[in-house]
Amino acid sequence: MAAEEKAESEDRMKKIKLSTSSKVFYGISYVFLALLAITCLLPFLIMVSGSFTSEQWIRFNGYGLWPGEFSTEAYSIIFKAPQRILKAYGVSIFITVVGTAVGLILTALTAYVISRKDFKYRNVLSFFFYFTTLFNGGMVSTYIFYIQYLHLKDNYLALILPGLFNVFYLLIMRTFVDSIPVALIESAKLDGAGEWRIFFTIILPLLKSGLATIGLFLALGYWNDWYNAMLYMNTEDKYPLQYMLYSIQQQTQALARIASQVGIQVANLPSNSLKLAMAVVATGPIVIVYPFVQKYFVKGITVGSVKG
Amino acid sequence: MSRHFKSFSEEFKKHKALFAMAAPAFVLVLIMQYLPMTGLVLAFKSYRYDKGVFGSAWNGFENFRYLFSSGTGWLITKNTILYNLLNLFTSQLLAIIVAIMISEIHLKYFKKFTQSVILLPYFISWVVVGVFIFGLFNYETGMIDGIMKAAGQQPVNFYSTPAIWPVIICVFNSWKWVGYNSVIYIAAITGVDSEIHEAAAIDGATIFQRIKYITIPSIRPTIITMILLQVGRILRGDFEMFYQIVGNNGQLFNATDVIDTYVFRSLLQNADIGMTAAATFYQSVLCFVIIMIVNGIVKHIDADYALF
Repeated sequence: MAAEEKAESEDRMKKIKLSTSSKVFYGISYVFLALLAITCLLPFLIMVSGSFTSEQWIRFNGYGLWPGEFSTEAYSIIFKAPQRILKAYGVSIFITVVGTAVGLILTALTAYVISRKDFKYRNVLSFFFYFTTLFNGGMVSTYIFYIQYLHLKDNYLALILPGLFNVFYLLIMRTFVDSIPVALIESAKLDGAGEWRIFFTIILPLLKSGLATIGLFLALGYWNDWYNAMLYMNTEDKYPLQYMLYSIQQQTQALARIASQVGIQVANLPSNSLKLAMAVVATGPIVIVYPFVQKYFVKGITVGSVKG
Repeated sequence: MSRHFKSFSEEFKKHKALFAMAAPAFVLVLIMQYLPMTGLVLAFKSYRYDKGVFGSAWNGFENFRYLFSSGTGWLITKNTILYNLLNLFTSQLLAIIVAIMISEIHLKYFKKFTQSVILLPYFISWVVVGVFIFGLFNYETGMIDGIMKAAGQQPVNFYSTPAIWPVIICVFNSWKWVGYNSVIYIAAITGVDSEIHEAAAIDGATIFQRIKYITIPSIRPTIITMILLQVGRILRGDFEMFYQIVGNNGQLFNATDVIDTYVFRSLLQNADIGMTAAATFYQSVLCFVIIMIVNGIVKHIDADYALF
C-alpha cells in the first residue's frame, strides 16, 4: 500500500473516538515500551559512567548510573600503553574488511547462480547449502578438522573463513537478485555479453542495497567475533578487539601485563573501571555508526523473515 | 548413471560461467562444513591425536555409555532443552507483545525511538553483555548489591546462587533478541490491509478485539516459522550467551551447563575427546531427526507453514 494512503487511513483511525479500552491499551503500551527502552539503554549508561568513575569509589560503592567521583584514570592508562589496543583494533579492522569484502563477492555470485531459472542445478545447489543449517559436524569434529587437517591454529584464516559464507545471507541476497528483471539479463545476452560481464556490469550495480545490507551483517559478525579467536588463536598479538576485552575481563595476567607496560603495581591498577573503559572502546564504533546503518539491518531482517 | 553424467556435462558446457561463479562458495562449504561431518565418527572411537580422526581405534558405544552413566549426559540434555523452551517462549512472547504495541501506537517519534533503542542490544557482542552482567550482579562492586546495601538489606552473592541464573539468562536472552524478533513481527503486522482494521473499528470492535481477531491471526504463520526454526535447534545451546554469562563458574554448572558449554570445556581441558564427540554426535543427529519429524508433521497439516 502506498505511504500516503497509509497515513491517511491512520488519520481516519485516530478520528474514531477513543474508547476506554483503547485508552487503557495505549496507556499500558506507552509505559511498557518506555520502560523497555530504558532497560535497553541502562547497561550502556552504567558502562560509560563506570568507566569514568574513580576506582576508589567503585570499590566502596559499586557501579552506578552516574560517576560518583569523576575520573579519567582508566582511559589514560589505556592510552598510555596503546600498542595492545591498537594492535587489537588492527586485527579487528583487518578481518572485518577482508571478510566482508570476500564474503560479499561469494554471496552475490552464488545468489546470482541459484536465482537463474535456466540453471538446471539451482535447486540441488541451494539444498547443498541449506543442508548445513539442518545438520553439521558439531564443535568437536569441526575443531579437530580445522586444527589437525586445515592447520588453522593461530592462523588469521581461522578468524575469517568460518564467517565468510552464511546460508541465511545467501537467501536474503537471492531475494534481492530476484527483484532484478530477467529481461535485463536476456537483452544483455542478445547483445553478446558474457556471463561474467553481465554479473559485474548489470547485476552488481543493481544490487547495491542488497550488498549494503549483507555487507553490514557480515561486518557486524566479524567485529563482534570472539568465539573463533578463543578456539584458534594462541598469540596475544593476533587477538581481535572483542577477544582482547574478554581476556582482560578474565585474566589477571592480561591486567598484569598492562600494569607493567604503564609501570605501576597491579594492585594500583583501576581494574574495575578499566574493564568498562575497554568495553566502551570496543563498543564505541558500533554505537557511533548504528543510527546510520540501522535501516539496512531492519530491511535485511524483514527480507530474511519473508523467505527463511 | 551415464545418462545423468551426459546431462551434467551438457549443462556444464552450457553454463560453464555459472559453475565457475558458484565454485568458490561450493568448495568453501564443502571443506568448512561437509568435511568436518565425517569427524562425527569420533563418537565411536577412542581418539588419539597422533593417529588422527580416521586412524584412531573403534570402541563401539563405549563413549555414549560413559557420557550417560556419569549422569552428565542427562543433566546437560535436560538443561539444554529446558532453557531452549523457556527462552523460546519468553523471547517470542515479548517480541510479539512489543510488535503489537509498536504497530498500534501513533506518536511517530516515540515509535521510531523505541524501535531504534530496543534493536541496540542485538548489535552488542556477548562479551560486552557479559561485562554488563558482571557489573550488575557481582558481589563486590555490582550495582544490584550496591542498591541492596544502600537500602540496608543483606547483599546476595548471585554468583553462588544457582537458582537465580535461569531467570538472569532468560531475561538477557529476551533483552538481546527483542528488537530483532519484533522487527520480523512488525513486518508481518504491517502486511495487513489497514482497511480491515478500519472496518472492524467502525463496526464497534474494541482495540483488544481487533488485536485478537485481526492482528494475531495475521502473524500466525510467522510465529509458526519462528517456533520451527528454534525447534530445529532444541538441543543446541547458545554457546556465546551461556559462556559469557556464566563462564567457567563451577558453582553454577548444575543449573546452567548446556551441551555446548560442556563440550567446549572438555575440549579446552583436553579431557576425553571421545565422550565429548559422543555428546555432539547425538546433539547433531537428534536435532536433524527432530526437525525432519516436526517439519514433516507441519507439512502434513498445512504445507504453507513448513520450512522446506
